[in-house]
Amino acid sequence: MNWEMSRVVRTITDILIVPMIIFGIYLVLHGHLTPGGGFQGGAVIASSTALLIVSYGTLGKHKKDLSSIEAVGLTLFILIAFFGIGYTMFYNYLAGTGGIFGGTVPAGPNPGYINTGGTVTLMNLMVGIEVSAALSLILWMMSRESGIMEAKDKGSEGMEVKG
Amino acid sequence: MKKSIAIVAFVVIFAFLVLGVVQMRPFGEPENEDMDDHFLGDSQERHQVNNVVTAVLFDYRGLDTLGEATILFSAVSGVLTVLRKIKDEKEEVED
Repeated sequence: MNWEMSRVVRTITDILIVPMIIFGIYLVLHGHLTPGGGFQGGAVIASSTALLIVSYGTLGKHKKDLSSIEAVGLTLFILIAFFGIGYTMFYNYLAGTGGIFGGTVPAGPNPGYINTGGTVTLMNLMVGIEVSAALSLILWMMSRESGIMEAKDKGSEGMEVKG
Repeated sequence: MKKSIAIVAFVVIFAFLVLGVVQMRPFGEPENEDMDDHFLGDSQERHQVNNVVTAVLFDYRGLDTLGEATILFSAVSGVLTVLRKIKDEKEEVED
């Protein structure tokens, strides 16, 4: 069985997949300013994977890439936390130093600046990478096992999963 | 016999719940406000984060978040282990 939905659904998927991934990246990157964060943004990115599986029935051969992305995200998360070991683990050693994500936040209500937060922003990014890859991998494995995703011989151009 | 035990248990638990509702403090008036004020001020001053929830999630309770990420990692490991291809099965998708 070659599961693939009609051309209408596939075209709508092609149009919708870009805003979905961009919205997920926005949620991850603005985690220290607005509601959202790594877990929520990663789930949004993984939902684009679900849309691809439902409409196209395949993701290509990216299982090893997803595994590596997930492991790299978790490892970098632990490493970033560990670099603050001079004070304590998970110490925010980047906040207010002026370096990367080291801008200062004015006290009280303010519009919010992306270059603040220190390690909080970086950890949001790493958790977003990890969660998106992990949920995509779970969806990939379960849909393959349920028979939706039979092997297709032709390649799958333009359907890579962005971490 | 079974029914009477169930009724007694229901009444006791219901009484406890009603007691908890009656004795609840009014909304917006917690007993201790020290930690709230500390988080609200400190997350902007020391951690340079506008979003207090994110500051709590990734700084004050960072180990908790690490545990959540580890749970997700182990869940993926479990799914990959259960749904893996065994050698006798015919290979449908090249892994």
